[in-house]
Amino acid sequence: MPLNASSLRVGARHSAEVVNNLTRSQIVQYAGASGDFNPLHTDEVYATQVAGYPSVFAHGMLTMGMTGRMLTDYVGDGRLTHFGGRFTAQVWPGDTLTATATATAIETRDGVVVADFEVETCNQDGVTVFYGSATARLD
Amino acid sequence: MTASKFPIEAGFIMTFARAIGDYNPVYRDEDQARNSEVAGIIAPPTFVQASAHYDPDYPLRPQPGVPWFGSGATPTGRPPETQTGATRLAVGGEANGGTSLHAEQHYEYRRPIRPGEVLTLAAHAGKTWEKQGRRGGVLRFEETVIEYRGADGELVVIARAVGVRTEQTVRD
Repeated sequence: MPLNASSLRVGARHSAEVVNNLTRSQIVQYAGASGDFNPLHTDEVYATQVAGYPSVFAHGMLTMGMTGRMLTDYVGDGRLTHFGGRFTAQVWPGDTLTATATATAIETRDGVVVADFEVETCNQDGVTVFYGSATARLD
Repeated sequence: MTASKFPIEAGFIMTFARAIGDYNPVYRDEDQARNSEVAGIIAPPTFVQASAHYDPDYPLRPQPGVPWFGSGATPTGRPPETQTGATRLAVGGEANGGTSLHAEQHYEYRRPIRPGEVLTLAAHAGKTWEKQGRRGGVLRFEETVIEYRGADGELVVIARAVGVRTEQTVRD
């Protein structure tokens, strides 16, 4: 169900856990789906022995994709007009991520009622791994 | 280079949605999607990322006959110092221990993407800038903008990516 302008107020927050105990297999699944087979994400031997990381880590775009699920579940399908942000920390196997949208503006632009959201995804230690914003059309 | 055409297939959307853990039926079930607000299957918001599959030279996909830098018989099939410029830009593990990472991604959506259509891509380089990093020496940022257009030439999605290249391996 799309969000309704009359029931949304600035400052409203919506959170969802978007992954619990991220697996290496899901990272590989995302590699296959996205086409990005960078061994930093898919190859523990390369990531640790050649690149010097403690393990493989998730594609930033996997985090953004999972964050997008929180948004579309909240605002409705096909409602986003903008979604963007920065990858602020790496996401590792075993991480549990929670994504939060906070309404920052609700107004009419070009005759369409829209809401702006601050978007933040944090890991189980409260570290922000993705920080950005989104805009959605409301009913 | 990037793909010039991106054919949108229903199975491809389903697979992508599963990979991001999104089991919304609007990404796979035609009957349920038809009766929803969007009146048919659509792609999730970050789906255009998968256009990499249609880039013939995409450096982050193993290619027949080309040594892959991931592990096989040895931890890497291609030492960092032998990587091409394009690969160095796109991946981690440079000769000096630096890493290339995806720093930012921004999308503007004009309408949903639907299976059966073929999007046309036009990519152009955006701004570049440098910044002193706290942990990784000098950070070099590079922006790429990709426009995805529909059959009538109308803009469907504008994707702006920012990549960053560090001089050292990045750890939190």
